[in-house]
Amino acid sequence: MGLESRLGQLGVVTTTLEQAVNWARSGSLWPMLFGLACCAIEMMATQASRYDLSRFGMELMRASPRQSDLMIVAGRVSRKMAPVLRRLYDQMPEPKWVIAMGDCASCGGVFNNYAIVQGVDEIVPVDVYVAGCPPRPEALIHGIMKLHEKIRREKLVETPRS
Amino acid sequence: MAEAEHATQLTELTWQQLRTLVSERALTGETMLLNMGPQHPSTHGVLRLLLELDGETVVNVAPDIGFLHTGIEKSCEHRTYQKVIPLTDRIDYLSPLSNNLAYCLAVERLMDVEAPPRAQYIRVILAELTRLASHLVWLATSALDLAAMSVFLYCFREREQILDIFELCSGQRMMTSFFRVGGLWRDVPEEFEEAVRAFLDYLPRRLDEYEEMLTENPLWKDRTIGIGVITQEQAIQWGVTGPSLRATGIAWDLRKAMPYSSYDHFDFEVPVGSNGDVYDRYRVRLAEMRQSLRIIRQALDNLPGGPVRTPDRKVTPPPKEELAYSMESLIHHFKLWTEGFKPPEGEVYQAVESPRGEFGVYISSDGSGKPRRVHFRAPSFVHLQALPLMAKGGLVADLVAIIGSIDIVLGEADR
Ligand code: SF4
Repeated sequence: MGLESRLGQLGVVTTTLEQAVNWARSGSLWPMLFGLACCAIEMMATQASRYDLSRFGMELMRASPRQSDLMIVAGRVSRKMAPVLRRLYDQMPEPKWVIAMGDCASCGGVFNNYAIVQGVDEIVPVDVYVAGCPPRPEALIHGIMKLHEKIRREKLVETPRS
Repeated sequence: MAEAEHATQLTELTWQQLRTLVSERALTGETMLLNMGPQHPSTHGVLRLLLELDGETVVNVAPDIGFLHTGIEKSCEHRTYQKVIPLTDRIDYLSPLSNNLAYCLAVERLMDVEAPPRAQYIRVILAELTRLASHLVWLATSALDLAAMSVFLYCFREREQILDIFELCSGQRMMTSFFRVGGLWRDVPEEFEEAVRAFLDYLPRRLDEYEEMLTENPLWKDRTIGIGVITQEQAIQWGVTGPSLRATGIAWDLRKAMPYSSYDHFDFEVPVGSNGDVYDRYRVRLAEMRQSLRIIRQALDNLPGGPVRTPDRKVTPPPKEELAYSMESLIHHFKLWTEGFKPPEGEVYQAVESPRGEFGVYISSDGSGKPRRVHFRAPSFVHLQALPLMAKGGLVADLVAIIGSIDIVLGEADR
């Protein structure tokens, strides 16, 4: 601590590589432009004027999975969509994170039937679940903040997830 | 786990299946096959289009739907009539209240009850606000597809105000389930009128602003005029309804043609276009928004008093005070909440003019507390069938404009 405070006065900051990397990663998450159902409309509202996701460095939605590191599964995942979703996830470069937005993506929601996958965690690993049908934009932002916290705690030397 | 593994296997088309979708030229490699979607920013959801291209020209389009199939119609069969309402919200998630309205009207006809006048007027106000919200999202996304980013931000700003009004009434922003069989969930709060009036004063200025930005904008006109044309005959033959039909010049609006929920009390016009292209659809929708404002203003001015639930005990539970002394009322109340009401055997079809077109609900009842079969006539589904007609022979870049202009919601097409 002593050294840091001295150096701080000289305009120098010391940190660990891990902290710097995590800070950069959490500060500029690029979500994939990927909407499924009703929740996607609220995701768009989160992007738009009033809630303005760019406050968190996340306004840049990428249409291509190869350029994004966060997948927000916004909506219900049908059995027909499930393989597509998995392929999109596989196409994203590491490190990558997943937010399950809404009840449907988290657990099937009101649709406990033949057509809907009962939670996307059956097909991709999920980092944060956001409850609500649809979740309010505030709830989604809260979920994103939680993910930021999680990313800041990550270890650099960790076996990558499959 | 085995099921999950199965779920991650992609199924590919076989040659035989492909043969039925594309022309001979594609099989010899003369034309190019291209997949658009299901993950594509301008398919407005999870729509997959199999495109056959000759250079930049679209030879054929084969829509592949079902990526959002939710089994809503089947789920309806397991629920009592009132409990189906939350599911109807989630069919066309841009206009939940229009769906609620269609379903409630259908069940009300089946039960032979009618919502009281106050409820009908509030239904009209909220349904028209829903239309405005839906058209705003349409304008936002279809302009965004043609690279007009600022319109997107503006429209969502206005939409938030409508959602605030919904939240004021029901506590939910989008999926309000506010309409119930026999009326409304409850009366609107006192601040409602003030909030709606403030919005009525606010929106026209904003609409002028959009028109200023787009209507005479040469880029916008270049991308929309003469694109995706459909003629009157074709539109009728393919069952196209709503703004897409009216853009061809046919003034067919269910609110006028078969009035429901006291739409015949209001004075409004049905805007029509003439060419049936993307630009006319845009003009028609914008004009419709102004008409919606007119309807809301009239409904607010003449809003009747009285209850918002029918007094008919067939669908409405007895008031709470009565339960304290009347055994029959208690039993009736209990039965309504556990088994629901039981419409007589029969079937009914009720259509409303949703923001997208004719949204219909067909219910077949077997006399029990749950429907035997529920079917929804989804305008998006019908319009998707007409998409190849509009897109063939055009440029592939214009396809984006056409998809935006028919305003499909995949949740509704797939249900
Ligand atoms: S959680 Fe609700 S709002 Fe979200 S996709 Fe499912 S049904 Fe729609």
